[in-house]
Amino acid sequence: MKPGMTPYSEDILLNIVNLKVYFYTDEGEIRAVDGVNLTLKRGSILGLVGESGCGKSVTAYSILRLIQNPGRIVDGQILLNPRKGAPIEMTSLSLRSAQLHQLRGGLGSMIFQEPMTALSPVHTIENQLCEAIFIHQHVSRAEARKIAFKMLSRVGIPGPEIRMQQYPHELSGGMRQRILIAMALVCQPELLIADEPTTALDVTIQAQVLGVIKTLQRDFGTSALLITHDLGVVAQMADEAAVMYVGRIVEQAKVQLLMNNPLHPYSMGLLASLPARNLRRKKLPAIEGSVPALTEIPPGCPFHPRCAHLIPGKCDRGNPPALNELVPGRKVACYWREQCL
Amino acid sequence: MSDKANTRSATTASSKTPPLLEVKGLCKYFPIFRKGIWRRQIGLVKAVDDINLTLNTGETLGLVGESGSGKTTTVRTILRAFTPTSGSVFFLSKKGLINLATLQMRDLKPLRQEMQLIFQDPFSSLNPRMTVGEIIGEPLKIHRLVQNSEIKDHVAEMLKMVGLKPKHRLRYPHAFSGGQRQRIGIARALIMRPSLVIADEAVSALDVSVQAQIINLLVDLQQQLGIAYIFVAHDLSVVRHISKRVAVMYAGRIVEWAATEKLFTEPQHPYTRLLMSAVPNPDPRVPMNFLLSGEPADPARLPSGCAFEPRCPEKIAVCSRERPELVEWEAGWWVACHLRQESGL
Repeated sequence: MKPGMTPYSEDILLNIVNLKVYFYTDEGEIRAVDGVNLTLKRGSILGLVGESGCGKSVTAYSILRLIQNPGRIVDGQILLNPRKGAPIEMTSLSLRSAQLHQLRGGLGSMIFQEPMTALSPVHTIENQLCEAIFIHQHVSRAEARKIAFKMLSRVGIPGPEIRMQQYPHELSGGMRQRILIAMALVCQPELLIADEPTTALDVTIQAQVLGVIKTLQRDFGTSALLITHDLGVVAQMADEAAVMYVGRIVEQAKVQLLMNNPLHPYSMGLLASLPARNLRRKKLPAIEGSVPALTEIPPGCPFHPRCAHLIPGKCDRGNPPALNELVPGRKVACYWREQCL
Repeated sequence: MSDKANTRSATTASSKTPPLLEVKGLCKYFPIFRKGIWRRQIGLVKAVDDINLTLNTGETLGLVGESGSGKTTTVRTILRAFTPTSGSVFFLSKKGLINLATLQMRDLKPLRQEMQLIFQDPFSSLNPRMTVGEIIGEPLKIHRLVQNSEIKDHVAEMLKMVGLKPKHRLRYPHAFSGGQRQRIGIARALIMRPSLVIADEAVSALDVSVQAQIINLLVDLQQQLGIAYIFVAHDLSVVRHISKRVAVMYAGRIVEWAATEKLFTEPQHPYTRLLMSAVPNPDPRVPMNFLLSGEPADPARLPSGCAFEPRCPEKIAVCSRERPELVEWEAGWWVACHLRQESGL
């Protein structure tokens, strides 16, 4: 077994090992995801946090093989281990295979950020919901309608019979996001991938939508990968959290540990700079500099130019640090932390 | 209308310096027309309805509320990007106290030097065909404040103030990251040395690690230059950090207005409480309230009583009949809620 690889285990639903997704553009090779290791335990929520452009979404899209040209998965494995049946290696599936088609929306499904672009503007809510049901379940029209109706009530849509006949433009943003949740969960998938599901919503509506996701995730025993840039959302929703920076995971741990005692300098900096944690201070302790462009990733640890704990001669050259379990249950990719312990 | 009619001599109020900005009963209504050839007016959106606010020199006022609550319309009406339907906006300019609400466009233009705007989106608010130097120097050119040959020096100084390098003035916006672009937008707003700057969601589009840098910059510049900010944002923790006082808006009206710490520690209006409980706390040990109900009020179809009544967990009989007025519940603490008006008696 490769070092850093998590052993096969019954309670792990999703195991991503050394995933590399590169985009081949005119400006050259863009390493959007460059060696991601991630594990998602069955029945839990894993929060994936990071700034824009760090590769969160690309990682998520890779799982259901939704990466389009010029992007390619160049290396790594995505192991999906369903309750019934043999484990599936997602990267080996052909894009045209019937198995992949059945998998999407069946075993694993996705909630997207922009509900208006994810829904079809020319089909009624009923048609869009029933389409998902027909693909994965052998039921009659009347039964499908019944399932759709029930699902809409579960996500808290008032007056589902009226809403089913309406088109997306007739609904508010929060309502549309609930429809997307209903569509994603209607076939009771084992894996739910939610890509910034509440970023476009107001805080009050965000709270409602997050509440719906959490309740249904518990009731259905679904495991979820929740992608967000909001550390508050992760703290409130997730069991475990992983922090991503320039295409790599820099830290993964239980959410309480990560939020209250981060080990990687980047996670430390992010949490320290939150205004909510600096109530009596005028000056926020900000991280210097900005996220590098993916065409100009610094050598060594990609965070080293902004790091407060830089070890010259070690962090700024060679390979980036590997994600190792430095403390039981806590994985960190940092040379400085390795030296500290 | 002549200048004299609008200009009250500052000396009349010299016993007590008037606030930099005093908004009284400001309203902005937009008509709704029926589609078709006969564009008959069929309704009215009360986007901003009877807003009262004051802002002192060098202070920051936070303005929060859900989208559609009228935050942006309020600040744009204050700046006269919209002509108010009614109400007055007294602004203490260098020439004295002026009511912006009734000013003619030609009298308004010179005043624009003293009030500036920082926009939300650092990508669409900078012209991609102009160099950074041209963008920052343009206000000086328009108002003919300095010789053309001196613009370069002013721009270089401004760039240094916002943490960029003078050589950056020759580059185009696309060469900069989101945080750097926002610095350029700030430089453009501050080169006129305004006394009032409105920051409309100025840090919302930025990444977490960059957001803190820009907040620090705004606070530093305020201390150096004595600028007053109206800080519009939906992120309550940012507003709490930067503001001295905070006004909470709902459906075009202010429902609560108080000193920041008071408002955040003991919110009085049920809506303020609801809004605060909905913010996910980055500490997993502090639970958030997932049990909110209802959708924001539609400003085109407001209920006759309190606009918040349909969503309010504490409503009483009178709430659906009468609209509560904004009253001073405690010194400097204004609340528009029937519950507080009764207990205040």
